[in-house]
Amino acid sequence: MKTMKKVVSIAVVAAMALSVFACSADTAETTSEETQAAVDYEYMSYAEYEAAPLDSEVTVLCTVMATQSWWEDQITVYAQAFDGDGAYFIYNMACSEEDSEGVYEGATILVTGYKSEWEGEVEITDATFEFTDLAQENPMAPVDLTADFGNDEALIANQNRNFTMTGLTVEASGDNGEAFLYSWDGSGSQGDDLYFTVSNGETTMTFTVESYLTGADTDVYQTVEALNVGDTIDVAGFLYWYQGANPHITAVTVE
Amino acid sequence: MTTRRKALTSILAAAIAASSLLTGCHGSGVRKEFSVPEAFDTTREFNITFWAKNDTNINQTNIYNQAIEDFEALYPNINVSIKLYTDYNKIYNDVITNIATDTTPNVCITYPDHIATYISGENTVVPLDNLFTDERYGLGGSEVRFDSPGVDQIVPEFLDECMINGVHYCIPYMRSTEALYINKTYVEALGFEVPDIPTWDWIWEVSNAATEQNEDGTYVVNGQDVMIPFIYKSSDNMMITMLRQLGAGYSDEYGNIGLFNDTTTSLLYTIADEVSLGAFSTFTVSGYPGNFLNAGQCIFGVDSTAGSTWMGSDAPLSDIHESDVVDFETVVRPVPQFDPENPQMISQGPSVCVFNKEDPQEVLASWLFAQYLLTNEVQIAYAGTEGYVPVTTMAQASSEYQAYLNDPSQYSIKIAVTNMFLQNINNTFVTPVFNGSTSLRNAAAQLINSVVKSVRRREVVDDAYIENLYSEVTALYRLDQLSASRDTRAELGPLPVEAKLLLAALGVVWIGIGAYFSADLVKKRKKN
Repeated sequence: MKTMKKVVSIAVVAAMALSVFACSADTAETTSEETQAAVDYEYMSYAEYEAAPLDSEVTVLCTVMATQSWWEDQITVYAQAFDGDGAYFIYNMACSEEDSEGVYEGATILVTGYKSEWEGEVEITDATFEFTDLAQENPMAPVDLTADFGNDEALIANQNRNFTMTGLTVEASGDNGEAFLYSWDGSGSQGDDLYFTVSNGETTMTFTVESYLTGADTDVYQTVEALNVGDTIDVAGFLYWYQGANPHITAVTVE
Repeated sequence: MTTRRKALTSILAAAIAASSLLTGCHGSGVRKEFSVPEAFDTTREFNITFWAKNDTNINQTNIYNQAIEDFEALYPNINVSIKLYTDYNKIYNDVITNIATDTTPNVCITYPDHIATYISGENTVVPLDNLFTDERYGLGGSEVRFDSPGVDQIVPEFLDECMINGVHYCIPYMRSTEALYINKTYVEALGFEVPDIPTWDWIWEVSNAATEQNEDGTYVVNGQDVMIPFIYKSSDNMMITMLRQLGAGYSDEYGNIGLFNDTTTSLLYTIADEVSLGAFSTFTVSGYPGNFLNAGQCIFGVDSTAGSTWMGSDAPLSDIHESDVVDFETVVRPVPQFDPENPQMISQGPSVCVFNKEDPQEVLASWLFAQYLLTNEVQIAYAGTEGYVPVTTMAQASSEYQAYLNDPSQYSIKIAVTNMFLQNINNTFVTPVFNGSTSLRNAAAQLINSVVKSVRRREVVDDAYIENLYSEVTALYRLDQLSASRDTRAELGPLPVEAKLLLAALGVVWIGIGAYFSADLVKKRKKN
């Protein structure tokens, strides 16, 4: 069904070859492991992934942009396609606690799972992965989506992407004029997800600080807790989807 | 908009964490059994913690806060601090972690299933029977500073759910059941009428009819690209309820597992067939029934009565854009039945337990607060936030509650499911509670969700698949270990031959000793 794309990282092969000569005592063992890291990986390009039907098995090569907190042999990953032309949300990927140490920003992994849709979010579920030694030479720069603010039809083209929006105004989120809420309606407490509403002067969007991604001890969480209605802010985040754009915000700068 | 999916993330984690509780407790000392102090010490200050669960509903949070404020006014020497949760499994996980470090809360909203695990640590949770009947501080006690219900004023069915191994370890706080939320407009458009008690056959028949598509791929009944006629929110409840209605095995009170039986297999085949027709899905796989229902993309949604304010065209709470809401008539019915003459539906909802502490006075302060949650003020206010039912007859019979049920300004679907539940309290059931019952519940859910996913992924669901599924689910939730430990406790098996010989030898020795002393006694008597 799927046409696999092959990649051979010449740089990695060269690096491995050099390191074989550079190593001394552990040469035999290291050679074996490094040779394995240089093999071809079979995976779908982002375009092939996009074209794949829902509920089909997919294998993608991707570089980790961020993770939610590891949780009993599962980890949720925000990742860019290795080729840099799209992003994936990999929900509850099987991962031991030991392996989770290696799933960090910049690590490139080969993920196999199922393309699924949940409340509008197209994601990879029931996934497993393997590490690669491939280096991401071109980390995907955030796309500026300021012009698409509040326009789900336009935003959906960048679902799961890392993005920025600038020059937004903090609006009241709750009945009491709060600048943010713990949980979507204020029913939560510190440590829960933060919700805050922003506008571009014409329309509004609700942004989320996802506590499993950026918890109460992070800069973004504390910055949002300190927001005031009327503040002008720039934001960065990942374009998560839940019945429409529901961005997970990872950085807020108050102008 | 919310991201209520978070509950999902902790289901498996909690199940696995449960199995680690026993080992986690091994190193900790055993706490003394609680006994009720003769009098509550009002000269000391007590700081107690209350871990509470709400349905991501600000009104419920406000009611908790009001209850604390009112309670503290009555007991100025007790300070209650609240920690809010929106997920039972998160509470469960945190409690287990805190049992190991001896930092449990004082009062905690929980499920009896979870308590069955908590009490595997000795004297961790306070048995409440002595507190219930304590003349001064018990339910309706003479020294209680508020209008507390007597034990006979708690709905007996709900109170029974709090009993584990013959002991009450919690008090019910709120009760709900599941309801079938129906888009009546679409049902009638398909040529059917909604019966008083829908059967499973009827649900499948209508659902199958709703899968008819136009040439352009849109669905005839709604003209949209999406239609999942039947979505069940709680896959575990679905399996449990179907098995119960059919009188098939699930588990017994001793923790013996009967889930993997022929009826289960048959039900899974039916579910597989319906998924392959596009007639059925679950929350885990597709999303909230209410979102699909309100968008006209679902005809039957089964969800808790405590989720009623999210269901229907006019629902006060909604996760979907206003422009996506379709106008239709909503009606509610009991969940589908195999035997409509004998309807059966699950009883669920939060209960409250009190954790044991070194200081009995602190425990008594905790109990007084827990008891306060049963007052009419709290019961009626909280029940009104959703399709909950108060757990006391005192609250149910009160004029305030009756006025609430007849208040036309309340959301009609919420009142409809509440009345449906009130009329069916005698038709509710609960599953046996034991250490491991949470894992079994999760396993039941996984059976359905795995089949739904597999069919959608065009895998073959046959006998080999089912056999493998049972094996995988058993291993994942460690049900084999659970059964093994239960078997060990319940039945040790026949004695080994060596043991029998030893016992026989001991018997012979004792007979010999007896004979010697008897003969000696006879000799002495003869001498005398």
